[in-house]
Parts: sequence; structure tokens; C-alpha cells
Amino acid sequence: MGAKTAVAPPDQGTGIRAAAGKERKRPGRRRDDRKAAWLFLAPALVGFALFYAYPTVRGVYYSLTDYNMLAPPNFVGAENYTQLIGDEQFWNALKVTAYYVVLNIGSQTVLALLLATLMHRLTRSVALRAMLLVPWLVPNVTVGLLWMWLLDANLGFVNHVLEALGLGTSGFFTSPDLAMPTIAAVNTWAYTGYTALLLYAGMLQVPQHLYESASLDGAGEWRMFHRITLPLLRPVLALVLVVSLIGSFQIFDTIAVTTKGGPVGATRVIYYYIYEQAFAQFHMGYASAVAVILALVLGVLTAVQMRLLRASRSDLA
Amino acid sequence: MRSTHRRAGAALLCLAATAGLVSCGGSDSASGKTTLDYWLWDDKQLPAYKECADAFEKANPDIAVKITQTAWNQYWQNLTTQLTSGDAPDVWTDQASYYPQFATNGQLLDLQPLIDRDKVDLSGYQEGLADVWVKDGKRYGLPKDWDSMALVYNTAQFEKQGVSTEQLADLKWNPDDGGTLEQAIAKATVDAEGRNGLDPAFDKKNVKTYGFLPEWADGATGQNGWGPLAASNGFTYLDKNPWGTEYKYDDPKLAETIAWFKRLIDKGYAPRFDKQSSVGNTELLSAGKGAMMIAGSWTISTFTDPKARQKFAFAPLPAGPEGRKSSLNGLSDAIWAGTEHKEEAWKWVKYLGSAECQDKVGKRGVVLPAQKSGTEAALAAHTAAGRDISAFTDIAADKNSTFMLPVTEHGTEINPLVQDAVQSVILGQAEPGPALKSVNEKVNGLFK
Repeated sequence: MGAKTAVAPPDQGTGIRAAAGKERKRPGRRRDDRKAAWLFLAPALVGFALFYAYPTVRGVYYSLTDYNMLAPPNFVGAENYTQLIGDEQFWNALKVTAYYVVLNIGSQTVLALLLATLMHRLTRSVALRAMLLVPWLVPNVTVGLLWMWLLDANLGFVNHVLEALGLGTSGFFTSPDLAMPTIAAVNTWAYTGYTALLLYAGMLQVPQHLYESASLDGAGEWRMFHRITLPLLRPVLALVLVVSLIGSFQIFDTIAVTTKGGPVGATRVIYYYIYEQAFAQFHMGYASAVAVILALVLGVLTAVQMRLLRASRSDLA
Repeated sequence: MRSTHRRAGAALLCLAATAGLVSCGGSDSASGKTTLDYWLWDDKQLPAYKECADAFEKANPDIAVKITQTAWNQYWQNLTTQLTSGDAPDVWTDQASYYPQFATNGQLLDLQPLIDRDKVDLSGYQEGLADVWVKDGKRYGLPKDWDSMALVYNTAQFEKQGVSTEQLADLKWNPDDGGTLEQAIAKATVDAEGRNGLDPAFDKKNVKTYGFLPEWADGATGQNGWGPLAASNGFTYLDKNPWGTEYKYDDPKLAETIAWFKRLIDKGYAPRFDKQSSVGNTELLSAGKGAMMIAGSWTISTFTDPKARQKFAFAPLPAGPEGRKSSLNGLSDAIWAGTEHKEEAWKWVKYLGSAECQDKVGKRGVVLPAQKSGTEAALAAHTAAGRDISAFTDIAADKNSTFMLPVTEHGTEINPLVQDAVQSVILGQAEPGPALKSVNEKVNGLFK
């Protein structure tokens, strides 16, 4: 297979870069670029500064105060952070969130890879691709309500079917053991189609001739997936994993609609805990401290993941 | 924060200016009218208060009232956000467990000086309702309405099991064998084969209708579930109410009550917590999946709705070892300390608290107004429509049968703590005694 690859003509990517190289050499082009660049960047920069940078700085400041949103904040130093270390609810929230992330990312990525491969190798129907996106287009609150009714222990359709099959009913959202897996499954249902499409787009970048030559060499589908698709998909997979990891950590709406953090904290994930602290108990300062820690955790996780998956380098180049 | 200060400053300037008969704020608008922002959360009460607002505007042509209704789930977040941004409503409907937070942070106007100045008579209110809103000699609201608790049951299901209305009207309860309440619940519990809970062959794994639907997402008061029964067993929440500083969740009387609920579930008479519905007991009762539950008087119109799928009736709470006990809880109308229209807001609150407005509200029969005459108007409206709500009003009229829900600092922090502890017992994760003792330490730790 290696030999065949070497004989293959240069791929598109190299072609584009060559063209760009030629462009740069043309004289008299450089003058206006910078001004125009700033002009085009300005809306995004203003938005970033106003809606991301400023609130971040503000949040970090609040995390050092006893702000309760009603009275002006008083500076308390690292008090919120020391309180956090001894807060069992905070640690439980982290644990529960990690559990959710593992369940959700695991099932979602495997299913999405499967779907994307099927779309790539079996059928490229546009209608099918559009259908995959439908659950993702439904607002999260609607998704939560829909499944809450479907899975309800006494009134839900799913439990009626289970009972008719003689399997007995389950309190999918009210049992401490089932609540989190149920929420992970609901979100997997909602996001798999979207993730599959991202992966599918990544797969389209893999040159078709690799598959052709591999099948000429007698490689089966599984071998091709394992030896061609997966390695060449790595940068896209890394991006998808990072994005869905961050998204997964931010699980909130499904929980706010269905379990509200219960039963007994089994689904009180970190975001829901922050929300409760800030808006139900008015501990904005403390909630900000938890949020700062969450941002740090996410930053570290992303860095580790990027490094492990060598995301910035593609084997296609 | 900055804008709050600016607004407060403007309000001060305005007050200074009003000394010379100049009305402030809205006076610069084209119509020369002051517009008051008023917030409430109950959509069922909105028409009643619109009627009050119309009458008020007619009597005060220079004031317009703009009513905003937001659902309970968003109400407090929205209010806090508005307060933070310094743009809160002039007047809002306030609730006992939320108001300490606002009062402590100086967001509420003290009404006492205005009451003294205008000689407002507070004796027309149902007993005890006005005093909840007093802290350290300052008064932060005028009573609006009140609610008490009763049993609501599916009439057909009890009739079928031979439990009469008279029996249901005189239920007894104790935490050991559950008394006649448990007997009635057992009879109303029916399995898939049609056997009731007293039948030796009763299959608790295949229950079709549960005799009782307890509420477990009920914060630190258990108002819709364990609260009234624990109180009738002699449990009191704290040392002093309002403004106590020591809770008593470690009281064995409470543990006994929770243990009884757990046994009810183990016998199959009530849904297991981990297999209960997440859509709420009212829906279950309406779907005929349950026969009885504890409900507040604010749900009267839901259960007496002619379009309801089942026929319901109300019965008084069961009498426990210490008699019948119902919470008596009330709402108030409060004025924002930062309002630019203090006098106008006070006029509106005074009118909202008056018998004139509360009679109008009462007539619609959606709530029980705080003014005695308003309550009577509500009663008359229900009687005229053939609805018996005496289960709610009789208990409220008897001073020894009511208790106030706790009003203290840290209310919003205590709610999830106690709720989690009670749920862990019901799930079988913890024993009632130790779990409640441990949460009581956490709760009281908040006051240190």
C-alpha cells in the first residue's frame, strides 16, 4: 500500500499551497492589507472583548468577592477558593460531571464514527444526512421535555412498552443509578447526528484513491477503516473530541428541564451547581470561583487532548 | 452597581423636589402620567389584578399600572437580575422564603412610616398574616393572600373501595400504624388484578393506582408532603418563627414521620422514589394513577376545573397525635427601595392591600385574599359554584391548627440541603435519624 501511495499524484492541498506561494510574490499588494484586515476583524474583536474578555475578567474579580448580586461586592481574597476545597457538593459535582462526560463522549463518538463511516462508504444520500441533523435542530429544552414525558415512570410511552413486554417499569430520571446514563443517552441522541456530519466532512478529505488502491490490494472494510480512515481522520477527530468535551462539560439544559440536579445530587453537574449557587442561592462570588476552576480544568483537559492527538498536524500533508 | 447609585441619587433628588408638590419621574412623559411596574407570577391571578389596576387607574388618573406576569420558575431570577441592573419593578409580589434576602440587602422599602402616616388599618387581615413581613420593627410588605393545605382525592376511586366521604372527612394519623389515613390509603391502592392494598394477595410490584402520592421535591418545609404530618406529630421547624436561628430537623418526631412515609412506599401504597413520575403528582392524580395527595389552596381551581379528567374533592388533613396542622402561608406586595415613584407605589400597594381590591380578587375564586372580607367573597364564589373548600378554610380559622412556614435567613440555602437529606432517606440510602441529624448540623452551621 505504501508504494502505491508514493506513486499517487500530489493532492489538492499541496496544489493550493503552491498557488498561494505564487501570489505572495506579486509586488505592490501588501500596503492595504493590514487596514482591511483590522476592518474585517473589528466586529469579531469587539464582540469578543465585550462578550468574552470583559465578562471573564469580571468573573475572576467576582470570584474574589462575596458578591450576592443585591449588595455591592466586598473583597474577600481567596476565601471562596478555600471554601471550595472543603465543599463536598463541589467535588460531587465534578465527579458527576466527569461521569457524564465519559458516558456521553464515549457513546456519542463511537456512534457518530459508525454513522459517518456508513455515510462515507455505503451511501452518500443527502436526504439521509439531512435527517441525521434533525435531532440536533430541536432546542435542548424541547428535547428534555420530550424525553421526560416519553421516559416517565408512570405515564411514559417507553415504560408502557417495557411493561407490555413484561420487563417492568423503570424511573429513568428518578432513580439515582439510571438518571445520569439516561441524560447521557438523551444527549447522545440529540448530538450524534451533528458529530457524525463533522466526522463525515473529515472523511471526505481522505483521497478516494487510497481506498481504491487498498481494495485492489484486497483490504476489507474494517481494515480500511482501521488503517486509512481513522489515522487520516485524526485532526478532525481531535477537533470534534475537544469541542464535544467542552460541550459535554457544559451540560445544563437537559438537566434543568428533567432532573433539576436530583435525585440527591446524582445529576447535579458542575454547571447546574454554578447556576444554583448564583441564581437560586445568590452566591455569585462563590459561583464565580467555581466557574473559574471549571475554566481551568477545561483548559488543561483541552491542552492534554490536543497534545495526545497531535491535533495540529495531519498525516495528509 | 453604578447605575443603582445613579438611580438612587435621582430618586433622592426627586424626593427633594416633591416637597414642592412636583410629581417626579413619569411627569416628563408625554401624557404626564407616572407608570408603575408591577410584577406577579400567577397567570390565573392576572385577570383579577388587571381588574384592580383598572379601578385604581380610574381613581388615580395620573398613575398607570403596567403588570408583568412571569412564571414562578423564572420569576425570582428575573427579579434578581433586574435588581442587579438597578431597574427593578416598583412593586412586586413577594414570598416569605425569598423576602429575607431582599430585606437584608436593603432592597425593600420600609412601609411602617407610611402606614403610621396614613393610619392604615391592619386589623382587617387574617390573623398572623401581616406580622410575617416585619423584621426589626420595619415592615416590608402588605398581605395579599394566604394559603392552607388539605387532602385532595379522587372521589370515584374511594367510593369504589367503600370509603365514604364522612370517613375521609375525619381521618386520624399516627407515625406507628398510620391510623385510619393509612387504612384509607391501603384500600385505595389497587394492583393490576384489581386487588386493594389490604388483600393478602395484593401484588405491590404491579400497582395500577397508588393510594397516596407524596411530594419529595419540597425543599426544607415539606409543605406539600411531610410538613403537615410532621407538625401534627409535634414537630416544629425552629426555635422562633419568624427570624429564628436554630433549626430542629434532628427532632425524632420528624424522623418518625419520614420513616412512616418510607414504610408506606415499602408496602406499595405510594410510588417508590426511584420509580416515581418526573412530571409531577398533579398530572398523575389527573391520569388516575394516584388516589390522594396533599395540596395547597392555590390548586383549588385546578382540581375543580369542570374540564378535569377525574372528579376530585377536598378533605381536611388527618388529625395526628397533636391534632390537625396545616401551614398558613401568605404572600405580600412589596415596594422596591430604589423606586423613583415612592408615593405612587405606596398608593398602589395600599390599594392592593385594601378590602376593595381584595374583594374583587376574592370574587373570582382563584385565591384566598388576606383581607377577611376578601376571603368571604372567595368562599361565597366557591359555594355559589357548588364547590366545597371548607377543608382549607376551616383549618385556617382554627388558630391551634395552623403553623407558619419558617422565615429565616439562608432560606434558599437550607432548601436543597434538607430536600436532599429527606430524599436520601426515602431512597433507602440513609436512615432517617442520622441523616436528619447530620443535615441539621449543616443547616445550623449556616447561622454561625
